[in-house]
Amino acid sequence: MKFVDEFRDAELGRALAGEILSLVESGRHYKFMEVCGGHTHSIYKYGVDDLLPANVELVHGPGCPVCVIPMGRVDDGIALAHEPGVVFTCFGDMMRVPGSNGSLLDAKAAGADVRMVYSPLDALRIARQNPDREVVFFAIGFETTAPSTALTLKRARAEGVTNFSCMCSHVTIVPPLRALLESPDLRLDGFIGPGHVSTVVGARPFEFIPADYGKPVVIAGFEPLDILQAITMILRQLGDGQCEVENQYKRVVPYEGNLRALEVMAEVFELRPHFEWRGLGFISHSGLKLSEAYAELDAEQRFSVPGVRVADPKACQCGEVLKGVIKPWECKVFGTACTPERPIGTCMVSSEGACAAYYNFGRFAREREVV
Amino acid sequence: MTPESRMTPAASSRGEPGRRADASGSVISDREQKILGIIETARSKRAKFRDAQITMAHGAGGKATQGLIEGLFVPAFGGSALEEMADAGAVALGGAELVMTTDSYVVKPLRFPGGSIGELAVNGTVNDLAVSGARPLALSLSMILEEGLSADELRAEVEAIAAAARAAGVEIVTGDTKVVERGHADGMYICTTGVGRRDPRATVSPASLRPGDRILLSGPVGDHGTAIMLARGEFELDASIESDTRSLWPAVDALLDAAGPAVRCMRDATRGGVASVLNELARASSVAMIVREGDVPVEPAVAGAAEILGIDPMYVANEGKMVVFVAAEAADEALAALRGIEGCERATEIGEVRTEPPGMVLVRTSFGGRRVMDQLVGDPLPRIC
Repeated sequence: MKFVDEFRDAELGRALAGEILSLVESGRHYKFMEVCGGHTHSIYKYGVDDLLPANVELVHGPGCPVCVIPMGRVDDGIALAHEPGVVFTCFGDMMRVPGSNGSLLDAKAAGADVRMVYSPLDALRIARQNPDREVVFFAIGFETTAPSTALTLKRARAEGVTNFSCMCSHVTIVPPLRALLESPDLRLDGFIGPGHVSTVVGARPFEFIPADYGKPVVIAGFEPLDILQAITMILRQLGDGQCEVENQYKRVVPYEGNLRALEVMAEVFELRPHFEWRGLGFISHSGLKLSEAYAELDAEQRFSVPGVRVADPKACQCGEVLKGVIKPWECKVFGTACTPERPIGTCMVSSEGACAAYYNFGRFAREREVV
Repeated sequence: MTPESRMTPAASSRGEPGRRADASGSVISDREQKILGIIETARSKRAKFRDAQITMAHGAGGKATQGLIEGLFVPAFGGSALEEMADAGAVALGGAELVMTTDSYVVKPLRFPGGSIGELAVNGTVNDLAVSGARPLALSLSMILEEGLSADELRAEVEAIAAAARAAGVEIVTGDTKVVERGHADGMYICTTGVGRRDPRATVSPASLRPGDRILLSGPVGDHGTAIMLARGEFELDASIESDTRSLWPAVDALLDAAGPAVRCMRDATRGGVASVLNELARASSVAMIVREGDVPVEPAVAGAAEILGIDPMYVANEGKMVVFVAAEAADEALAALRGIEGCERATEIGEVRTEPPGMVLVRTSFGGRRVMDQLVGDPLPRIC
């Protein structure tokens, strides 16, 4: 594939691995967090871990949009999906996330009309094609996906589509990062910054990480060479005693972000006072809801949503995994009670989740030779 | 197996790229080792069926399907032929060994680039016989038709069935027709049962893989599943990708001629794709496999669609591709024989069978790393970003 394979070149990968080896101090252990689930996925998919020296450790961060949705929110979605006349639409990997009593896939099997969409516009199209049904879109994701939800809502209003609404569970990237950095048990040397989110918000919002917490951030693309290059850039900063936000993903990320996307988001959404995150608890000003101007398209106002709070399962340690405090396999239920086919925590659900990625791709490739 | 035996011999080469160890200096901690052991034991156990209801995942060919078959069907029906869980079961009849298989076809849309449900219904069943080392002889044909199906559509499928049966050299010897009310059966469902005669040259079995065996693939993967996904028109993607549906008997025939007893096992990589075949057989033979990702042929259009949809072509269905396990010394002859057959010109070796860790399929990525290629869980759900 043109313009893709170039970023997966094994020879360049080996060269970068050599460079990384020359940049690490022996005797020092480096822990870098890749914030975004897309990075976690790439790291396992390509076996990037295998090219790193022993003392460079990657910690998987909270940037998997599916993984951070709390159980109560899934239950609310399922309740909505069971409302008579409702077509409930959501992204594919959201369908498998367990609520306290099954997932959206189970709700579908039980008779709810749950449909997978690739884009919120697909949900709007379903609404147009089924004027006698109420179509609800379960909007999730960071600033990466929020603008497309915003544009869809704008279009729904412009076209006067009245049977479409949105259950907004969009979240923002900075508050959870700040919460992580405030956590006393966290030990990190630097961050691989989220590439897709940054295409929208730009690099500037991450400046507080070097400024307030003294950790370097390198915003990176999702191809294996991007990730290796970002690691060399972090190591260089550490070696030179520098600490700043750098942009490895310049081919896509403008430093100031996408102003038009930010404008649309500001028009359609407003911050919730609090939003609950799976494993991280309530974080102030971390979630989005529809603004007053779009209230009539808000599924939470159109329907009675139970809004039940469900505590994370006791055995589940997704929170610690998300904080990078423990490795997936260190969780009490990893691989035994909690597996991709029967996930307890959301980190096991999406292939981007740290646990699923480790279970599927990392489990044996790491540390073991094939005989 | 002791924990030591699992460690990489490279513990002393810490710090080199390509090797890893944790901070404590041990290659893998005891705790992690123990957890991995528990997972391995759990995986090697016969799957259980504990679900409250049937979901689409039970039909996707991955772990849920396995749970249904191993946890419900096999225990209920027993029998040594079923226990082997091959694509077809053997029935001894006097001196001859007959092989029997059955399959239902529920594809939507009925017609797609490169084929149609009728053609699939013949080739799919013929292929299950062929990869079991049986020459296909006869088919039964059951059709479940939806009220309102147009006669032209039905006629087109009947012609497709007849043509595919002629091409595969099988006769349709019996059949059944049912009509169900509008709203059921998506136009039509077809079920075919096939009977074949075990070829004396074939000694294939899912449990016969040995370390050192070579893994051959008869051509590029993912064409059929991708063609169907695009034909459904849900993605607004346009690409000229055609289903690869075809009879595999000519390829099997040539393979048995060239490598006969050295052919350990063959599987057509339908639902669940090549990855599911590899996992099933790694478990059945209790061996490991290593696949060289860069050697797996994928058409550029398929690779592109898979990239956009966030799907791995190794898990996508094929309808005219098989995976062949062959003793190392016969691999070259087998490959040459395959390449001489229409539709298998791009056959290639993609990896080999190893000893450790048993039941696992590992991938050497093109980028130079390694990972596990596990069984499919649920339907392949696209990632959101």
